[in-house]
Amino acid sequence: MSNEKINIDVEYLTRVEGHGNIKVNASNGQIEKCEWQVIETPRYFESMVVDHSWKELHHITSRICGICSIGHTLASLKATEDAIGIEISDQDELLRKLVLHGENMQSHILHVGYLALPDLMGEGSVIPLASSHPEELKTVIKIHRLANELSDLVGGRTTHPQRLIPGGFSKIPTEKELTELRSKLKNSFNDLMAVADLCEEKADKLPDFSRETEFISLTTDEEYAFYDGQIRSTDTGISPVDDYLDVTNEYVVNQSTAKFARNNRGSYMVGALARLNNNYDQLSPMAKGVAERFNLKPINHNPFMNNIAQLVEVVHNVRDSIKIIDTLLENGLEPQDDYYEPEIEVQSGRGIGAVEVPRGILFHDYTYNEEGVCTAGNCVIPTNQNHANIQHDMEELAPSLIEKDKPEEEIELNLEMLVRAYDPCISCSTHHLDVEFVE
Amino acid sequence: MKPRVAFFDFAGCEGDQLQVANLEEKVIDLVEIVNLVNFREIMTEKSDDYDVAFIEGSIATDHDAERLREIRSNADIVVALGSCAAIGGINSIRNSQDPERVEDRVYGDDADKVEAWDKAKPADAIVDVDHYVYGCPIDKDEFIHVVESLVQGKKPNIPTYPVCVECKMNENVCVFARNGEEKRLPSTKREVQTPGPSAVDQGPFCLGPVTRAGCDSKCINEGTTCWGCRGLIDNPNQNAHKKVLDKYGLTVEEVINKFNLYFGWQQEERNNE
Repeated sequence: MSNEKINIDVEYLTRVEGHGNIKVNASNGQIEKCEWQVIETPRYFESMVVDHSWKELHHITSRICGICSIGHTLASLKATEDAIGIEISDQDELLRKLVLHGENMQSHILHVGYLALPDLMGEGSVIPLASSHPEELKTVIKIHRLANELSDLVGGRTTHPQRLIPGGFSKIPTEKELTELRSKLKNSFNDLMAVADLCEEKADKLPDFSRETEFISLTTDEEYAFYDGQIRSTDTGISPVDDYLDVTNEYVVNQSTAKFARNNRGSYMVGALARLNNNYDQLSPMAKGVAERFNLKPINHNPFMNNIAQLVEVVHNVRDSIKIIDTLLENGLEPQDDYYEPEIEVQSGRGIGAVEVPRGILFHDYTYNEEGVCTAGNCVIPTNQNHANIQHDMEELAPSLIEKDKPEEEIELNLEMLVRAYDPCISCSTHHLDVEFVE
Repeated sequence: MKPRVAFFDFAGCEGDQLQVANLEEKVIDLVEIVNLVNFREIMTEKSDDYDVAFIEGSIATDHDAERLREIRSNADIVVALGSCAAIGGINSIRNSQDPERVEDRVYGDDADKVEAWDKAKPADAIVDVDHYVYGCPIDKDEFIHVVESLVQGKKPNIPTYPVCVECKMNENVCVFARNGEEKRLPSTKREVQTPGPSAVDQGPFCLGPVTRAGCDSKCINEGTTCWGCRGLIDNPNQNAHKKVLDKYGLTVEEVINKFNLYFGWQQEERNNE
């Protein structure tokens, strides 16, 4: 066997959000160490929210993550509204669903186009693609920009949105703006298909690896769930959002610095693939058509297919955004004053908000006193829920590659691609981690 | 020779690096005037040979500080990118909380395993910083302006006046006047030197009079309020927007202490002077 000694030591894995290491040691085909480590500085959000007003919490917790700041804002607002007893209008709910589509598109296309594709094209980053594949790259940028235009228009800013407030929106788009956005979304189909073609051409570079696991996401009878629903597991079925602690079960393990989560088995997966596995039938026909091109159907246990599930979701996001805009325009937009602020009577209580964000199911949980001041907070982040699944995948993928006598560089690349496929958001997940630096 | 540029992230949300990606097609223009040699979030290639280092995130562990010092020694120019690196940012909310309670709330029984400082600090608490790009998140145009200035060897032009100036130009209704002037008058006065918990329902309140401009009063345009993300203006006692303060009977300290969101570290510095 040529692989007498394997020593993989990836410090600060690139092309992921946040700081993580991959360590694998093996000799004579036997794994001695195989770890996914997280080494991010803790940020203490659950403490930072304490003593702050219900009007400020979404502003603070949006800063957990720049990439999914809209999702954090919405989970935060839903928790606050649940605790204080605030209702929002149907129009506001539609606008929230719309802005969430914008973020999901933005994040997924950034991941698929800028972070994952370079691996499939044999490049170290997206930058060489500017000269080697200029047209393809421009197409990816166009979709990315469109997603940001959507978020900007509805949320008032793509990162750390401003218009989303407890009880609704401080400002809403005009019918004219929505009509213009609708036509841009409609005109993006060719671009979406061009990206799908490119991915299809390179899909054989995605490792063929499957490990049976549990998938958890939101679900609802009404639609492919992003904004609302109940918790659904491929193992244990449906449970209410209020029971999220019984599903997520965060725990500390000695071999890792990160908190892990488990429900029915050693680990579970959240994110685009989990949503697709749970709610496939509710995808728009066009999105299903893209899934079929990659033979992606439920239940798919190949974590690398999360990249493709993201692509499928982008198509769904565009289709459903058009549908939402149509409904808004058919109903006619209910106008509201500039600098709108709903009248709210504050009451004490605990509230939980769950939202599907690009990387999976997200929970915010706040308790307020009778003055509307937060006394306790908890946030369970998608990437935290995926850490254990990444670890378990690595423990199975690494030996299988060693057994096939693959060169060390190829094993390392495959392990890096595995972590990237989860599109981890490590700074999110360390709002809460136990950090110790591993020698 | 194009300057060699590197990006490094510490404790933060990476939303400022995302603004660089959000430049869309302009990113391609950007890599024509600079040579990107280190940007972990988007590229695998890395190098320790760079002229300009952009620092995102605040510093809260010995390991962070050591890494930042190394970056400082490699770079000719260090730029703090975004509120966390420039002023401590939202992470500094916890600086005024009791450290034991902070750890207990987040880690419970595992609190002993955590190796972080009691305070989150901006980059210039550890090393010399040459330039600042403020904001949470940064403003994309201001970022381009800073890069272009550095490439041309010029000093970037960053506003030294408060957000009110831009807000007036945008013809917004003043936040303090939104619900009728009488309603907004503060009902409680705080201890001036200790930023307290947040203001609860004392009417609309805005940090625009004491916050550095450069955002085009974005949040107020969008119907909310200035949260202070770009940090205090230099020397607030002199440079605060006096007209607004006088009109609504407010003092500089009262405004600064209103919400304890972004000013935590800056306030501490002022108090130590």
